[in-house]
Amino acid sequence: MFEQIIQFLATGITVGSTYALVGLGFALIYNASDVVNFAQGEFVMLGAMLAIALLTAGWPLPLAAIAATLLTVLAGLLLERFAIEPSAGAPVVSTIIITIGAAIFLRGVALLLWGKDFHSLPPFSGDAPLRLGGATLLPQSLWVLGMTVLLVGLVHGFLNRTLLGKALLACSFNRAAAQLVGINVKVMLRLAYGLSAGLGALAGILIAPITFSSYEAGIMLGLKGFSAAIVGGIGNPMGAVAGGLLLGVLESLSAGLISSGYKDAIAFLFVLMVLFLRPTGLFGHQVAERV
Amino acid sequence: MRLTGFYALALVAGLLPVLFPGNYFITVVGIAAGLNVILAVGLNLLIGYAGQISLGHAAFFGMGAYASAILTTRYAFPPLLALSAGLISAGLMAWGLARPILRLHGHYLAMATLGFGIIIHVIMVQATGWTGGPDGLTGIPLLVLFGWAVDSDQRWYFVIMATMLLAVWLALNLVDSRIGRALRAVRGSEFGARMMGIDTARAKTQVFVVSALFAAFAGSLFAHQQGFVSPDSFNLSISIDLVIMVVLGGMASTFGAAFGAIALTLLHEGLVVFEDYEMLIHGALLMAVMIFLPQGLFVGLSQGARRGWTLVCRRQ
Repeated sequence: MFEQIIQFLATGITVGSTYALVGLGFALIYNASDVVNFAQGEFVMLGAMLAIALLTAGWPLPLAAIAATLLTVLAGLLLERFAIEPSAGAPVVSTIIITIGAAIFLRGVALLLWGKDFHSLPPFSGDAPLRLGGATLLPQSLWVLGMTVLLVGLVHGFLNRTLLGKALLACSFNRAAAQLVGINVKVMLRLAYGLSAGLGALAGILIAPITFSSYEAGIMLGLKGFSAAIVGGIGNPMGAVAGGLLLGVLESLSAGLISSGYKDAIAFLFVLMVLFLRPTGLFGHQVAERV
Repeated sequence: MRLTGFYALALVAGLLPVLFPGNYFITVVGIAAGLNVILAVGLNLLIGYAGQISLGHAAFFGMGAYASAILTTRYAFPPLLALSAGLISAGLMAWGLARPILRLHGHYLAMATLGFGIIIHVIMVQATGWTGGPDGLTGIPLLVLFGWAVDSDQRWYFVIMATMLLAVWLALNLVDSRIGRALRAVRGSEFGARMMGIDTARAKTQVFVVSALFAAFAGSLFAHQQGFVSPDSFNLSISIDLVIMVVLGGMASTFGAAFGAIALTLLHEGLVVFEDYEMLIHGALLMAVMIFLPQGLFVGLSQGARRGWTLVCRRQ
């Protein structure tokens, strides 16, 4: 029983790391633009599918992964330039629909390019399972964990230690004020979209050897990433990371101990409960409402 | 004057089958469009007028449909009784959920309603003993209204159109009532509305329940009309489609929502010919409309027409 729980925890943390990276992307974009980007899951899918396509075209894995990430960053920048920028100041529902439109569009592109089949990446360093106490761990899980720690650390350092990162945070507090102190808000917006797309793509590439990818794979990942960002208190990057890990572990435990069919329902029930008890998420600030 | 649009809608709905008798496209697409109008007009009360978002409205649509399907096939309820049971259960669910969920704002509300929709969908798929699981339930009996069996597409067209007109009429009246004015005040500023003595929690609960009832009613009709229900008809993308209808047509306009519902139904029908390109075009169109006509098609186009008209008048 104990070993089983260790196993579920390991799986949960692996999956949760992906949610954390996707959630981090949500938080970055939300910070910079007050937009929840429902195409975030599609960046994850795009990264995985592009990497798979380039690998099958004969590229070596590291190169394929880097190129796939850069292409997804480009997609993020295009989305910002041609869909988000022209609709600045639109109400929440409109921006939700624009990003949902973008998500459907990207799914449509993936469908045309790669069909409806499931695709998979080979594991980065073999698939001989590692034994850890009574549980087994795939080497790929270590890749996911290690890269997540690295990426989250880099983003954290970027936001808190560099001028550019602080400028990005300044935009999230007050865009007009940021503009007044000489921060180029437009550039910051593009930076946030590029960064989120890149994080999403990397999450997709890392998880692709464990879960299969298809043109629809981004939907659930996007929703879980959104849940992670909301549970953590939207706009709080590290809260999103914590929310993602929490959701992943909860989901894996409930799939193992209760029912795998109901795992998504349990995960969302948890999100609802968090919101009912703390309407701005676990680590969100209780901001005074503007009237 | 207030009901001019309503009479126009009634005239179009009535004239179409006369102008194109026995036209398969008119009746079948008309039925789908009519159901969507009921759903969108109901959801518009919540999104457009009260300014609250729901990304899980297909859950209420599904509750109505499954109530009818389960009660008529498994317990031999008469259709109208099953329909009432669906209305009651969806209404109670909305009522219970309203206070905790409508306390949330903006994206938190979007998340909560989205989660609710997904939970209901998972239950539809997993509770196979009740719902038949992913395969759904078949053999739902015909709807019989006081001895009149609704057994052909033509008859369904009239039933759905009549219900649709009733829904539009109800929504129009609701919006112009005291409750409607309270809702608009809530959308403008919840704080301000409270200062004016409006019980905002109560107003939001009422509109949430009303829009759930519209959806459950449409769901029951849908179940009888199709003779079959499965979870696919009530998943997240349906919830999203419903929001799109409301926003596409133009928020806070009953005819805008109706227009959006009809436009999206036709779009889905029309795009089928593009096969693999369907999704791509669908996504691109959504983005384009929202970027260039942020007010929505109906409001945006009618404002444009009005502006064009004044321009023409001035020139003469």
